[in-house]
Amino acid sequence: MAVFSRGFGSRRRESDPELPPGQYLTEDFPVLSAGPTPRIDTADWSFSITTESGQVTTWSWDQLMALPIEDVHTDIHCVTRWSKLGTTWRGVSLDTLFADIDTSDAYTMVESYGGYTTNVPLEDLLDGKAWIAFEFEGEPLDPEHGGPARLLVPHLYFWKSAKWVHGIRMHSDDDPGFWEQNGYNMYGDPWKEQRYW
Amino acid sequence: MAIVAGWLVGTVARAMRVTPQGRILVLDVPEWPGNLAGQHLDLRLTAEDGYQAVRSYSIASFGDGTTVELAVDMLPDGEVSPYLVEDVEPGDMLEVRGPLGNFFVWRDSQTEPVQLIAGGSGIVPLVSIARAHRAAASTAKFRMLYSVRAPEDAYYASELAELVDDSFALDWVYTRTAPVGFARAAARITRADIEASTLPVADNPLVYVCGPTGFVEAVARILVDLGHPAERIKTERFGGK
Repeated sequence: MAVFSRGFGSRRRESDPELPPGQYLTEDFPVLSAGPTPRIDTADWSFSITTESGQVTTWSWDQLMALPIEDVHTDIHCVTRWSKLGTTWRGVSLDTLFADIDTSDAYTMVESYGGYTTNVPLEDLLDGKAWIAFEFEGEPLDPEHGGPARLLVPHLYFWKSAKWVHGIRMHSDDDPGFWEQNGYNMYGDPWKEQRYW
Repeated sequence: MAIVAGWLVGTVARAMRVTPQGRILVLDVPEWPGNLAGQHLDLRLTAEDGYQAVRSYSIASFGDGTTVELAVDMLPDGEVSPYLVEDVEPGDMLEVRGPLGNFFVWRDSQTEPVQLIAGGSGIVPLVSIARAHRAAASTAKFRMLYSVRAPEDAYYASELAELVDDSFALDWVYTRTAPVGFARAAARITRADIEASTLPVADNPLVYVCGPTGFVEAVARILVDLGHPAERIKTERFGGK
């Protein structure tokens, strides 16, 4: 049964076929965070990949900057229903970072400064689908938006693009991260509206 | 309460203009499963031609009932909030989905001191938590700091005043216009305000901060600078910048 809200709709926004279902367009860049914004100096920053054998591969900020840097033009979609179209980022592809990583695990736990985690299947991080991003619209990434660097995996809802990214740990199973334990979907495909449990 | 079912039909039972910009809406949602203090919901409006819009709102009510209370601030360029604040009337129908979020919540099994800090309409989930604290006759030490532009912009001012007792303290910050005789001049919240009017680090409080992004960023940063552990600070932000 359809439920109509009497008189609603006079202020509607232009509908946009590029938007996933249930999303609206924003020119702002809202913030979804569960706690204070960590402040991390790039001199102290590092990023590590830890495999099931215990092998840890670590990059400092300068080592990350020495890798091939890509320009990324993409739409982003937050579970809180805003979307931004045509955003511009710069970052290092996860394909580059995983090039010499030896793992047979199919899942990852992305870990952030501040202790937050989110789970992403490894295949969603490879083949040109994910980056460690440190510039947004030509400027260094603001701390409240995840700077100095965040994961960028824009084909999933944006909570998967972990702010203040610090490392990736390989997992044999798809274990839930922080947001996933607190009500958000395990995978988070915006085109299928996989928002919640 | 954890499972989010589909869309539930709600009927507006009451709509009260309580601030120049905002309204309290009370919805009857017969299938509402109840909610924890601090949770939110998605609200969906459908126009007669099928057009839909969905937004998230914090819930001011808590517990097992099927009455759901929201407080909605009007965003000048919004499409949903002006309808809810200006147009909707008792008897009108809409849909809700939830409750959502299991992190920014308070349960009456919690016994530690709690500091609540609200900016503007960020009071809504904190009112829910304050009501739950009262309803449980909890003796956990609570203190609330509420920042508003001017006295008339405050939601729930009289109810909050009535909650004040040995285990609930209430402090105000006015950013543009303070009441006559109020000791502090109108200004944005500062480190000195937080030092003077919130539970100290020594109490190891759990701190809940809710408000516009800029407010929450500023407050959370001051709390960390004062020595509150980041993991003891829960935040909920709304709006862009």
